[in-house]
Amino acid sequence: MTTLWPAIEPLLDRVEKPARYIGMERGSQQPEHRPGRAAWLLVYPDTYEIGLPNQGLQILYEILNERDDSLAERAYAPWLDMESAMRDARVPFFSVDTHRAARDFDVVAFNLSAELVYTNVLNCLDLGGVPIRAVDRGSDDPVVIAGGHCTFNPEPLADFLDAVVIGEGEEVVAQITEAIGAWKRAGRSDREALLHELATISGVYVPSMYDVEYDGMALRSVTPRYADVPARVDKRTVADLADWPYPKHQLVPLVEVVHDRLNVEIFRGCTRGCRFCQAGMITRPVRERPEEQVRSMVVDGLKRSGYDEVALTSLSSADFSGIDGLVAGLVNEQAGTGRVALSLPSLRVDAFTVGLASEIQKVRRTGLTFAPEAGSWRLRQVINKLITEEDLYAAVDGAYSQGWRRVKLYFLTGLPTEMDADTMGIAELAKTVVEIGRKHTKAASATISVGGYVPKPHTPFQWFGQNSIAELQRKIFMLRDSLRGSKAKLKWHDPEATFVEGICSRGDRRIGRVIERVWRSGGTFQEWSEHFRLDRWTSAMEAEGLDADWYVTRHRTEDEVLPWDHIAAGLHKDFLWQDWKESLAEHGLPDCRWTPCYDCGVCTDYALEHVVASPLAPAGGSQGTGQDLSTGGAVPVQLLPTRTPVKAAT
Amino acid sequence: MRGDTGFPIRVRFSKHGKVRFISHRDIARAFERAFRIAELPLAFTLGFSPRPKVSFGLALSVGFESDAEYLDLELSTDVDVEPVAASLTAALPEGIDVTGVARIADRAPALQEAVSAVQYRFEIVVDDPEVAASRIDALLAAPDLVITRSRKGKQVVEDVRPAIRTLQPCGTTDRGVLLATELSTRPTGVRPGDLGTALGLPVGRVLRTHQWIERDGARLEPLEADPRSPATAPDGAETAGPHALQARAS
Ligand code: SF4
Repeated sequence: MTTLWPAIEPLLDRVEKPARYIGMERGSQQPEHRPGRAAWLLVYPDTYEIGLPNQGLQILYEILNERDDSLAERAYAPWLDMESAMRDARVPFFSVDTHRAARDFDVVAFNLSAELVYTNVLNCLDLGGVPIRAVDRGSDDPVVIAGGHCTFNPEPLADFLDAVVIGEGEEVVAQITEAIGAWKRAGRSDREALLHELATISGVYVPSMYDVEYDGMALRSVTPRYADVPARVDKRTVADLADWPYPKHQLVPLVEVVHDRLNVEIFRGCTRGCRFCQAGMITRPVRERPEEQVRSMVVDGLKRSGYDEVALTSLSSADFSGIDGLVAGLVNEQAGTGRVALSLPSLRVDAFTVGLASEIQKVRRTGLTFAPEAGSWRLRQVINKLITEEDLYAAVDGAYSQGWRRVKLYFLTGLPTEMDADTMGIAELAKTVVEIGRKHTKAASATISVGGYVPKPHTPFQWFGQNSIAELQRKIFMLRDSLRGSKAKLKWHDPEATFVEGICSRGDRRIGRVIERVWRSGGTFQEWSEHFRLDRWTSAMEAEGLDADWYVTRHRTEDEVLPWDHIAAGLHKDFLWQDWKESLAEHGLPDCRWTPCYDCGVCTDYALEHVVASPLAPAGGSQGTGQDLSTGGAVPVQLLPTRTPVKAAT
Repeated sequence: MRGDTGFPIRVRFSKHGKVRFISHRDIARAFERAFRIAELPLAFTLGFSPRPKVSFGLALSVGFESDAEYLDLELSTDVDVEPVAASLTAALPEGIDVTGVARIADRAPALQEAVSAVQYRFEIVVDDPEVAASRIDALLAAPDLVITRSRKGKQVVEDVRPAIRTLQPCGTTDRGVLLATELSTRPTGVRPGDLGTALGLPVGRVLRTHQWIERDGARLEPLEADPRSPATAPDGAETAGPHALQARAS
């Protein structure tokens, strides 16, 4: 089969935002399909505008298209109007590059960045004419794979996925390609053998190769069916980002998308140890990109794309060694050539950061965002987000005095040990922030964004019972009432959606049936509030005889087998348990980039090291347990051969 | 103001194929990126957030193709415009081709005001061409053509008959007939979709073929309407052409 474009084109006159479906971005490719190349369809199961900027997907798109034995195209979930037009016209799920049907690919690979897209995965498969359950697929069907942060608990989608990539994809896609290529050459005959082989690749989890046993509701064990299939699947991690300067040709969409700018990843991993943050935990250790490479990726990227904005991305960009030099250099370089805006998403909360921000945002100082996450120092110790009130107020004062008018603050509610006094602390912080702003400008305002906390696998909070919908609602309304009439504007995430996220986040294999029911009842695009309906989920749970509270609000015990115990992010379970207990004792934990290793397991088990250019903590960083890192600690970064775990200071 | 600090040029481009599905706004953004990729020396607006001085002509509906779209742009230096078409085309999405570039007079009137007529060729889906022909005759014979459309959220009723200058069949397609039309842009515009509605027949592919600037009884292609005179006196006083003078006077 070749292109479906002639069948797609007439549909586009009738749908909203037809340019979602045409491809043609600068940087996109029209790869040639040949028998000798394993064809990958990389799918982001949400709208084009949300999915296109995804860097992970773009990186793999380039890497796979550079190889002789593979090729890759992209696809995004069609919006409801397009889906119904497609179903009416019998047009299957297609790629946007050469408009080929999903079934024409050997691999259909989903990027899973959020749990609420799970039903869209089923919908994309079904629309593509691919059986949604892995057991029903035969030799004609593509191999269905997933990767992305959510796959660190792959169980809720285990029934639907042939294989799952745990961790970073840059290297493992080559091995998967080779296995798929061999299978393709052999006439795609023995699917079971292929899956068995995939299961032996490090970082690849094949759900069907494992038997799951329960003891009533409790999970008893997840056991491999073959001796050469690992009992525990370890994540993949690239040792050095310098080897992977991707994307080299970042896609430039024709329509507006989120993060519509050049994005250059400056480091991966984070060791600040915020206990609620799954991204920080599962991407350890820290690997910085060499400054020179960052610079050339920025300069080349701007030249190729024509963008006038570049973001230096990471989980905490101000932590990059020598960030001030890098920023100053880029600002000066770009000043002569045109008008390029630089942005640093994910900023720390401190005055240093505001200094950086004002360096780069000489104009257009509209809003600046900080994430203190919790309303009291006590609770911030519990979650190990060690920002003092002084830090926050100094940062905010700096921001308003430098000309910013609006400050955005992000908080979580429903955190472990949170009491009403902690919650109300959010309102107090908000009011003080506005007061500080008023000293500088009458126009000062603050937006307070509150999300309900969802405990995530592979974090010290994986044992914590999430707050119920009613409890989250109560806390949010309490805040709303307290901020009524104030210049601080409160925004919150729907606690019902938070609850469903909780079902999927720590769900086991049995949740797959629930996801399937919700999808069958029409529940797609659950991330979109206009399409989200809690009752679809609660009635699906009921129909499967599952108690939602058992999954969501129940505290887990130390001895419990967790559904993701056979997936390893490198963090030892006893380290996480220890850290959970430290957390409950309100003890913080220092950042192991600049203080001795406390042996969480990642570096030691995987023979990895932090790749950091500077042995000194960046100026202004206050993460530590009462230690003052503001001038930088003189702690060498390289790991010592013998290390003793360092207990958190008390 | 235009011409204060730089050298205005007018660009003609086409929009064909898949890219017809992007909006006027998307086109504007694609051009802004293309100017940077092609490293054109742009003149910027003054002020807090400087923008390149670009102004687009009449918007083309999403889904329409065109042989004749225009934009005006101001450069900070007087570059040779000859290679600009090729370098912009290379920097633009496939299907958008720059087909002409001309220096224009400093005070050339803006495209949106200057263009007074547009021509389209469009497809009407119909089994029997005779049906189309008789409905066209009826439409043209009627004293008015009152349509209702929403403008800024309000329903407005307008007679668009005066804007229809010509409308006639000019060929057939596998689904129906091709019509050619010339429409005035003032006092109120009318679109091929409105004509389809009036004929009671679905509209297929639409191609804008021309835009015209009409002045003193002459019909001018926008690239040729307001040429900058080749000789510019060293003190900056131009020996401008008659149209530019007229524009300046108005
Ligand atoms: S192994 Fe040690 S140095 Fe590496 S991330 Fe864990 S605590 Fe930090």
